[in-house]
This record gives sequence, C-alpha cells and structure tokens, in this order.
Amino acid sequence: MRRTPWSQRFGLNGRGLVVLLPYLWLLLFFVVPFVIVLKISFADIALAIPPYTSLFQWDDQKVLSIKLNFNNYAFLFTNELYFKALLNSLKVALISTLFCILIGYPMSYGIARAKPATRNLLLLLVILPFWTSLLLRVYAWIGLLKANGVINNILMALGLIHEPLAMLYTPFAMYVGIVYSYLPFFILPLYANLEKMDWQLLEAAEDLGCRPWQAFYKITLPLSRNGILAGSMLVFIPAVGEFVIPALLGGPNALMIGRILWDEFFSNRAWPVASAVAILLLLLLVPFMMWYQSIQARESAGAK
Amino acid sequence: MAVPSGTLTNPSQPVKAAPWKDPNAKAYVQIDRVTKSFGDFKAVDDVSLKIYKGEIFCLLGASGCGKTTLLRMLGGFETPSSGKIYIDGEDMTGVPPYERPVNMMFQSYALFPHMNVEQNVAFGLRQDRVAKAEIKDRVATMLDLVKLTDFAKRKPHQLSGGQRQRVALARALVKRPKLLLLDEPLGALDKKLREHTQFELISIQDKLGVTFVVVTHDQEEAMTLASRIGVMNHGEIVQAGTPSEIYEFPSSKFVADFVGSVNIFEGKLIEDEPEFVRIGSEELGGTIYVSHGISAAPEATVWAAVRPEKVFMSTAPPEGTDNVVRGSVQDIAYLGDLSIYLVKLPTGKIVRVTQPNTSRHAEAITWDQQVYLSWDSTSPVVVTR
Repeated sequence: MRRTPWSQRFGLNGRGLVVLLPYLWLLLFFVVPFVIVLKISFADIALAIPPYTSLFQWDDQKVLSIKLNFNNYAFLFTNELYFKALLNSLKVALISTLFCILIGYPMSYGIARAKPATRNLLLLLVILPFWTSLLLRVYAWIGLLKANGVINNILMALGLIHEPLAMLYTPFAMYVGIVYSYLPFFILPLYANLEKMDWQLLEAAEDLGCRPWQAFYKITLPLSRNGILAGSMLVFIPAVGEFVIPALLGGPNALMIGRILWDEFFSNRAWPVASAVAILLLLLLVPFMMWYQSIQARESAGAK
Repeated sequence: MAVPSGTLTNPSQPVKAAPWKDPNAKAYVQIDRVTKSFGDFKAVDDVSLKIYKGEIFCLLGASGCGKTTLLRMLGGFETPSSGKIYIDGEDMTGVPPYERPVNMMFQSYALFPHMNVEQNVAFGLRQDRVAKAEIKDRVATMLDLVKLTDFAKRKPHQLSGGQRQRVALARALVKRPKLLLLDEPLGALDKKLREHTQFELISIQDKLGVTFVVVTHDQEEAMTLASRIGVMNHGEIVQAGTPSEIYEFPSSKFVADFVGSVNIFEGKLIEDEPEFVRIGSEELGGTIYVSHGISAAPEATVWAAVRPEKVFMSTAPPEGTDNVVRGSVQDIAYLGDLSIYLVKLPTGKIVRVTQPNTSRHAEAITWDQQVYLSWDSTSPVVVTR
C-alpha cells in the first residue's frame, strides 16, 4: 500500500507549501524578534547580560508574576528630546519624499515615454546603484562633499568659489544622501504605473482643447496618483527610521529618531528605552503602511 | 482611338446633393498637395482633396496606406512635410490640435478612465470655459442623442463596447466642431452592432450637419457611411468618388480589386471604335465586347473587370459568341442569401460568380458541372492600369 506523504496528511499540497515557507520565515525572523523587542520595552534596565530585567518570575509559592514596566514609555513622553527627534524625522522624511517626487516624476515620465529599447537601458541605470552596497555609496558621497572633496575642488578650479563650501555634516548633505538613496524606490513603482498609461488620452485631451501642460495636469497626473502615492510611501516609511545616512553625512546635530535609538541601545545600553522607541516608531508608521497596502490593492484591482 | 471620358455615364443612383460636381462650389476642407514623410518613407504622397460641407468622406485603404496619417494631419497631430490644409477657408498650418475647430473620435475611443460618462462628455466644454448651465444642457442633449442618459454616472470601464463608442462620439460632437474625424469608428464592434451603429451614425450626422471624415479599412463600412470615398494606396488617393462610382467605375485594377470582389481579364484591344471595343483575352479564351468606347493606345494591354454578380451562369448555351465562355464548377459556397460559384475555365482561370438564391429549392448546378458564363456588354469595366 502506498503511504500518503506527510504533507498531505497535514492537508498540505504543493501550493500550500510554497506559501507556507515564506510565512514561516516571516514568523521566525519578523514576528519573533518583534515580540522580543516588545517584551524588552516593558522591562527595566539592569546591570546584567542582557542588560534588562525579566518580565516573568516564578516565586517560591509557584506563582508566576508578570511585571510590566510602563516607565520607558512614560519617559519618552516626558522627555521632549524624543518628541523633537520624532518630529524632525518626520520632517526629514517628508522633505526627502517631496524631493524624490520632484526629481523622480520627470525621470519616470521620461523613461515611460522613451522608446522600448531605450527604456530598458534607462531602467537598468536606475537599478544599477543597487549593485553596490548602500554604505559604500554613502561613503562615496563623503568623498564628493567634503571640504577638499571632488565638488569643492572642481568649483575652486573653475574659480567659482575661493573657499571650500561646508557641505558635509550639514542637513544639505543628509538630504542629498537620502534623496539619492531612495530615488529608485520612488521611480520604479511610478514607472510601473506610467508604463500602463494610454498616451492617446493626452491626444484626446489636446483634441478637446487642452494645452499640453493642461493635459498633463488633468489626465496624466490624476491617472498616476496611485504610482506617486506608492512611490512616496516606499521613500517615506524607511526614511523616517533612517539611521546610516544622517549619521554619516548629517553630522552630530542631525536629530533623527533612528540615531536616538542607536545611542540608547549602544551608548547608553538602555535597551528597554530603545525598544520602547522602536515600538512607538512602528506604531506611528503602521497607518502609512496600511495606506500603502490599500493603494497597492487599488492598483492591481484597476489593472484588471 | 481616344474617346472623351464623358462617355462613361455616372451611376443613376439618386444623390441628395453633389457639390463635388459643381465647379463653383466652395470646398469646406481643402487638402492642397500635402506630403508627409517619415525619414525616407512617404506616408502621404502629394495628396490634394476637396471635401464639402455636410459630407461623410471616407478614406479607404489597407493598413499602412497613409489614411490615418492624413486624418492625423487634419486633426493637427502630425504636421505636413509640405503642402497646406484649409478648413473653412482658414490655413491650418501651425495650428495646434487644441485650437482647431476639429474634433476626433479615436480608434481606441481614448475615454478618460477617471471620469464618468458625463464628465467625459463635458470635458471639452469645461476646457473652453462654457457657462455651467450651458454645459449641463448641451451634455444632456448629447447624451440623449446617443441614448446614454441612463449611463451618465458610469465610468468607462462599466460600459460595453458599443456604449463606449457612443460616449466617444458624444464627447467629440458636443463641441460642435466644423469637422469630425473618425478613426475606424466601428472597428472594435461586432458585426451586428456595427451595422446598427452605421445607420445611427448617418442619422446623427444628418441631424447635426457636421462634416465627417472617416478612416476605415472596411469597404462595406465605407460604402454604407460615405457620401464619397477616397481610395488610398501607398500614400496616394488613387480614386475619389461616390460609393457607386467607385464600385461600378473603378479607374484602375487596384480599385476594382480592393473594393468588392472582381474578375479581371487581361487582354488586348482588337477592335477599337467610338461606340464599342472588342478585347481579345488569352486568359479568358475568348473575346470581350464592351458597348462603349475607351481611351487607350492601340495594341495596348488593357484589363476588363467584371463583377461576380454581373456574370450569368447557365447550363444551356446563351446566344452570341462575345462575352460567353464555358467552364466547370470547382467550388460552391452557400451563404444563405446568395451562393458563390468558382468556375474554372479551360485556360485555367478561375471566375467568381455570385447568384442570389431566389428559390428555396437547391439549384440544379452542382460541383464539376459544365456551365456557360456570360455577361452584358455594359458590364465590363475596362481599365488601362
């Protein structure tokens, strides 16, 4: 008699397995760490390894006592440093997103309207930076922006300036780094949207009396709305928690929530507070992620 | 022997008005020696054409013949490489689409997917800053005309193909253009709907009196819609005329063959008189007698074109020796209202014959039967190219 494969006895077929494996992966490497962070955020700081107290304790009478410490959260709300850092992060992410829209929209539009052969080349150029690590690319910007860096040297050689411009370790450098790094994340979803556009609609609009810019404003822009929103979310969400770029390019004054988190964790060894910051940041970003999801759902429904 | 072409009589079919016959009539749209080149390729080659007010003019041709390019030049989406286009006496050179008194119905309809039917139709009027109350009125009238009043709030993707086509028509007509351009207006509709829509289109055009220029590759569509047809080939207008002129008096082998089906026999003039000609055709294996004169050089190769429905088929030999030939039935296609017979001549030439099925009982003629084919001496059209 043939044995039923074990997977079928659990009601699994090939398709189920294919779906299950990634979910197990996510469960293991996303949900479990999240629960651990959540747990730490309710602990107390302690001089131990790891440096926090345990939430669960068995006492002598075999009674499980759970101690939840809300002080970490309370601390975040009483100390205005965190509030300021969070606000500043939102500001930086918002401005970076705006710049990505301003720079990325014309690029996506240009790629979508290029000849098919050119289009692939242009797309490749957008994706090409991913072949190098982010860290290396950010370091490259240091080389470009520093006092005796490439940009300053060229400007001085041309006689346009006589003293090097202070660009590195300024908000300017930080924005350059963030916009540069996240631009492809904006361009790609918007391109996917614009690529589906029926360009004859623009001719129809012109035929009905629109100047080219009016046709863009009334037809192209509303029809690419979902692409803009999707791209913006892909820039905004990670930019809020961005740590590496502000730390390397923004100098010591760049007050970002990601850096606070790093400092609390590594410098102050205040794991519970750092965890509370992480949880709050996550809660803050959940609405944006849900928004992004609903845009994606609308996009794929519209494509049908 | 040269004979004035006036001996070719025009069809007797009544035509409402025929401004193209009046040398003093003012052309509403004048296309004056227009050429459009894309690199080395001439999409439209030195086309001159006059279209009159209230006409439905069809540009008919196979894909790639330049008909769409010509239409797009009328709409302002392409600029002529040389030549000029006048609409109602005004030179359209350098006038962008958004300033032309012309609207276009696109082949794909190009309805704005983020707007409902009403908003689509109102779009052009809003753009012209027409007063709100007037927009409402005109949109309502137009939706009523195309029978879409109940669908005003629907988005394009919630409509059927035929409804979309009517929205596109309403959107283009609501601006009361001097000229409406229609690019394959019925191409996306199924056969039944297409027939119905053709007549609807004519009645709407009649009601509004707008001049239509229609591009199509479908000769049947051109025949039903058009007041005149311009047959295009390789960027040139090879013949322009009323549907019956084009069908009954094609000026070349190409037109005869492109519009409808036809039997073409190559031959040489053996008798050339002002009142008749006799053509000897090896292909036919006989002579063709045509009861009118033609203008061609003596001994020139000519082609006699005979439409399948003008060929009579009989089992008994008909009278006379001209325009009679024997053959055997190769194939029969029964189409209900009529049957198509393919008859093979002893020379190997296949002749196409259509006969209406006037009796409900099957005709006696069947496969491999020997038959006589004959036609009237007025039926052949003799062309020299």
